[in-house]
Amino acid sequence: MEAEQFGQHISRSFNAELENLRNEVLRMGGMVENHLDMAIEAIVAGDSELGLTVAGQDHKINQMEVAIDEECNRILATRGPTATDLRLIVAVIKAITDLERVGDEAQKIGYLASHLASNQEPSGHYRELSELGEHVKKMLHDALDAFLRLDAKDALLVVEEDKLVDDEYDMILRQCISMMMEDSRTIRRFMDVSWAARALERIGDHAKNISEYVIYMVHGKDIRHLELDQVRQEMGVE
Amino acid sequence: MSNEAAIMEAPELQSEPRRIEDATAVQEPAAKRDEPMMMDEEQEGKGHTVGDITAADPVISVRNCNVHYDDTCALKNINLDIGRGEVIALIGPSGCGKSTFLRCLNRMNDTIDSARITGTFNLYGEDIYAAETDVVLLRARVGMVFQKPNPFPKSIYENVAYGPRIHGLATSRAEMDDIVYGSLERAGLLDELKSRMDDRGTSLSGGQQQRLCIARTIAVNPEVILMDEPCSSLDPIATAKIEDLIDELSRNYAIAIITHSMHQAARVSRRTAYFHLGRLIEVDATDKIFTNPGHRLTEDYVTGRFG
Ligand SMILES: Nc1ncnc2c1ncn2[C@@H]1O[C@H](COP(=O)(O)OP(=O)(O)OP(=O)(O)O)[C@@H](O)[C@H]1O
Ligand SMILES: [Mg+2]
Repeated sequence: MEAEQFGQHISRSFNAELENLRNEVLRMGGMVENHLDMAIEAIVAGDSELGLTVAGQDHKINQMEVAIDEECNRILATRGPTATDLRLIVAVIKAITDLERVGDEAQKIGYLASHLASNQEPSGHYRELSELGEHVKKMLHDALDAFLRLDAKDALLVVEEDKLVDDEYDMILRQCISMMMEDSRTIRRFMDVSWAARALERIGDHAKNISEYVIYMVHGKDIRHLELDQVRQEMGVE
Repeated sequence: MSNEAAIMEAPELQSEPRRIEDATAVQEPAAKRDEPMMMDEEQEGKGHTVGDITAADPVISVRNCNVHYDDTCALKNINLDIGRGEVIALIGPSGCGKSTFLRCLNRMNDTIDSARITGTFNLYGEDIYAAETDVVLLRARVGMVFQKPNPFPKSIYENVAYGPRIHGLATSRAEMDDIVYGSLERAGLLDELKSRMDDRGTSLSGGQQQRLCIARTIAVNPEVILMDEPCSSLDPIATAKIEDLIDELSRNYAIAIITHSMHQAARVSRRTAYFHLGRLIEVDATDKIFTNPGHRLTEDYVTGRFG
């Protein structure tokens, strides 16, 4: 399955609609990536203002989700898409839900950043957060890229990556707990850090979901809740 | 990728050994001779249908069906079962041979002089083309509903009573009444037409006429009902009624329906067969055909892409 396929309908206006829809999803994806980027920057650099800016922009992402959702409904009603086209629409409807949630998590991180910054702590403590942040940013980016290119193999790599993110999150959580036990005055702060880590970990889950929709789009197979070995086998990947 | 190349790409899926019974009699038409690749495929018995051509409980079973009109090959090596209690949709671009295939099943092609048909066609294991087959009886067992409703210019009652009468299915007026009213009832027409039984069939609306034709078909207790674009001249309401009726009838009959509406095929059928240039490209569960077809040509057709 190739991306060009969506431009090969007999109806040219249908081609245009699908092309436009894919572009809108990527535009929304770009905006979400941007918010995530800023949120991580805000928390790592202790930039309270940036944190609040990101948090205040979330409604734009919500609006995009609603607009794309409506467009999907319109296409379902007027075109009655089948096969790959149907799978594209279904994947888009699901993917934008996950993107919107990523936006929510970025907003959460933005607020936490402004909160943490007011505690005036050295930013060095947030190095692990920074690493986890880069990791999930890359996952999200790769998931969107696989979505654009309809690349199920790359999507599978993102799915596999999620395990590592979960491990990193566990590590941060353990660190936070030991810090809080050592010095009870840090409890507020490390609660915030662990909330932020939790938000990043959730973003990894959403990137994984989006990747699963890519695999569904390409192979017509729902791999959710399957073991990875089973997925590789179904996809014919070693 | 060209269509021919795409046809050859079809993965092999052989569910039954093929019998080439009359290979010499099947000539490639002149126009196709410049495609040796494809002929080789065919001679090797490759380029088969994707999916599963068999049905668990076949009522009709077709193997190696080839049809020519003079020198033009209209169907090439078609293998397909139609199962009891199932609705199978036949789809494909105009001229791909859907009607030709359907007409083979109740020997409507016999009336076309130029048609030459080879292969085996069984109805419950009996050879449809056997010399001793009574064609009139066959067409009662394998009834047909056409694109344009074609009621007789007689009363509504007579339209339905005609078949049972020539087949001697009723011994008294009361029995005949039962058959006629029962058939109209099953066709969802009785309430609408009870008080108009003496009106002419041709005085009805298009949708009513089509349901009258279905009542006429089921009045003779068929085993199979063939429908060739039965809703193409009907409005959405009449179409919905016919579709409900198909649903209802599928409990008792095997039904094959040709339609150019993808969504109708998706709605009414359990299996779908995709024909392309005289070949049966893919047969599978309707859900699969419309969400994740196995052959590129099927995909192009159901999604409305350039083939
Ligand atoms: N009576 C006939 N004499 C000669 N050729 C015929 C005859 N009937 C059909 N054909 C040819 O056989 C091929 C298949 O025709 P058929 O009517 O089976 O197609 P179809 O799939 O039913 O098309 P449509 O969707 O337009 O009804 C076509 O090329 C057609 O021109
Ligand atoms: Mg036809």
